[in-house]
Amino acid sequence: MIATLTTGTSGTEGLAHVAETAAPEQRRGGDRPHPARHALGLLLRIVLCLVFGLPLVFMVVSSFKPDLQIFDDLGSFKAFLPTGDISTDNYTGVFGRVPFAQFMTNSVVITVVTVVLGIVVNSMAAFALSRIGFRGAGAVLGIILATLIVPFETLALPLLWWSNQLPFLGPDGISQGWLDTYQVQIIPFIANAFSIFLFYQYFDSIPKELDEAAKVDGAGWFRIYRSIVMPLSGPAIATVAILTFLPMWNQYLWPLMAVQTEELRPVMVGIDYFKQLNTSWGQIMAYATMITAPVLVLFVAFQRSFINSIASSGVKG
Amino acid sequence: MKLTPTTKRVAVGLLAAALPLSMAACTKGGSSSSGGAGGELTMWTHNAGNKAELAAITKIVDDYNASQQKYKVKIQAFPQDSYNQSVVAAAASKKLPCILDIDGPNVPNWAWAGYLAPLDGLDATLSKYLPTVLGKWDNKTYSYGYYDVALVMVTRKTILDKYGIRVPTTDSPWTKDEFDAALTKIKASGDFQNPLDIATSFTGEWWPYAYSPMLQSFGGDLINRDGYKTAEGSLNGPKAVEWATWFRSLVTDGLVPLKSGADPAKDFINGKSAILYNGTWTAVDTRKAFGKDTLFLPPPDLGTGPKIGGGSWQWGISQNCADQAGALDYMKFAAQDKYVASVARDTNNIPATDAAAAQVKGYEKGGENEIFLDYAKKFAVLRPVTPGYPFIATEFTKTAQDILNGADPKQALDQAVKNIDANQKSNGYFQ
Repeated sequence: MIATLTTGTSGTEGLAHVAETAAPEQRRGGDRPHPARHALGLLLRIVLCLVFGLPLVFMVVSSFKPDLQIFDDLGSFKAFLPTGDISTDNYTGVFGRVPFAQFMTNSVVITVVTVVLGIVVNSMAAFALSRIGFRGAGAVLGIILATLIVPFETLALPLLWWSNQLPFLGPDGISQGWLDTYQVQIIPFIANAFSIFLFYQYFDSIPKELDEAAKVDGAGWFRIYRSIVMPLSGPAIATVAILTFLPMWNQYLWPLMAVQTEELRPVMVGIDYFKQLNTSWGQIMAYATMITAPVLVLFVAFQRSFINSIASSGVKG
Repeated sequence: MKLTPTTKRVAVGLLAAALPLSMAACTKGGSSSSGGAGGELTMWTHNAGNKAELAAITKIVDDYNASQQKYKVKIQAFPQDSYNQSVVAAAASKKLPCILDIDGPNVPNWAWAGYLAPLDGLDATLSKYLPTVLGKWDNKTYSYGYYDVALVMVTRKTILDKYGIRVPTTDSPWTKDEFDAALTKIKASGDFQNPLDIATSFTGEWWPYAYSPMLQSFGGDLINRDGYKTAEGSLNGPKAVEWATWFRSLVTDGLVPLKSGADPAKDFINGKSAILYNGTWTAVDTRKAFGKDTLFLPPPDLGTGPKIGGGSWQWGISQNCADQAGALDYMKFAAQDKYVASVARDTNNIPATDAAAAQVKGYEKGGENEIFLDYAKKFAVLRPVTPGYPFIATEFTKTAQDILNGADPKQALDQAVKNIDANQKSNGYFQ
């Protein structure tokens, strides 16, 4: 029974998925839109493309221009064109000013570890709340959801204090205080109320009869979680992964507070290296291009999942 | 979405990678920041990304480490834009380093908050320093800086000649009427997008640093400096209201842009502005662009003489340093004139001592930068020396921005006074 469910795909049929609405079908089957309306829609889409796309174009193009030219080109369409004194000097300057490879490695490690552990921990929490049905599960869920209204800025100082008090078991034995480490940038962000809520919502839509059938076959709760519920939760996993990835990649305030050593800083803090009294705008654009590139590549690769996740969660990343 | 076999393999692979990665990641940590134990003195500086100044400081540290065996200073550099947040966070978790640099006007607050320890035994050495580069509070010196910067009106001689505008000097600066007339004349020509750019796009400390000297030149101030108990009469008296009205008129008369470009110095070099109000840090780029045509003029006399902000980055030692004697030993070593000269030279700033100035090209008698030293000596006014300054600075910034955007000057200043007085009072006047 378990083998059938894990290898088959029919179990996902009928699951609620907000993104998959009937609207496109209705449009395809309905009347063709009036040409004027069609043109207006097209125009609106082009305008939106320009509004969202031109800043990226400006960033990339400016990263190849000298500072003075960037400002000289402002106010004309030349700002978006690779004209004038084009060179890769700004990129060379970036490598001379910040330890880019180190920052990038740190961000990748921090983000990947948090995303993967976040998926495991939050799905387990949601599974317990959704499937095991212990007394007080509703209240626990309510308390978890209530934490969503507290902004991180409010928690930052108490979290900093606690991070400095906590013991940690490492290869050198027990040490006190997590500040200036990788773990202080990862562990506080693994458990996430919104991720638990998303998993909870999704798990609730999976028929509970599957659990009963698995139990009859002798499966325990962990086997049900691992072999039945998680394999059926691809959309929820993708949503949580994406919605965890973006804020972790963009982490700025917390590393500023909790990390003092340059070797442990993530990419976003690096942008401050360029803001001096005589700011190097070209280098800022080059650095921004370099740290945005991985996110853009991921977006293009997982475009469909990304759009689905945004639609299904009802929030923007 | 269904999980394809490929997706599953990627997911399993990621999980497999994450576990060892997380183990490795979580065991890697930085060194302790507080320092001071075992002869190692940790030093924090705001110079990450500022290669010239960081190299100059690193040279001093290298010299010190090589000069003796007892202590070893270790530098950790932070980016300037977020440096204060990092220090305050470290102070909250008692992780301050032994030696750190501080933006001058913050010294009284950090000393009052217990972050800093006084620099005992350095009085004779520091007596040669410009008063504006010393951080003092409660009759004790907590910090010294290698340099100061000066606010200047940057323009070109050819521009002033073209419009028949007099070139002002240190002894004979523009009067308010002269200044207003010069700007009006430039505006009437229509040759420039901005007759004057006062860099309103800058944020943070720039607003009190750059615009409170204008208020002081009118005869007002941020607070009554006699006891620092109230801003009543200083920030909302007739002179202050006069300043606020004039400040707003610069925008309404089209003499100054409400919001400058992201980099006013580059707009000046590109010919968008005729006159730029900025710091001496623009000297290198503007001279490179215009050579000997560049002029660095004193700010106008708006009533009580030209005024500029005083105090830049300074060095101090933290109170929780485990080895105060070691930190003080470094501070004494680093206070030598040759280091004042090297840091000022490498950062193109005003040397803090006359002996150092004589060693830095351009600051010698008759040198092209001597005027900057003159301005710093004659016109600089320290920002209020009270632990309440960060609050005053924030309040002034907000108020000045409101005024520039059209708020009633008297009402806005009255509200600022009310807030500042309440803050000073609620902190027991920082006694």
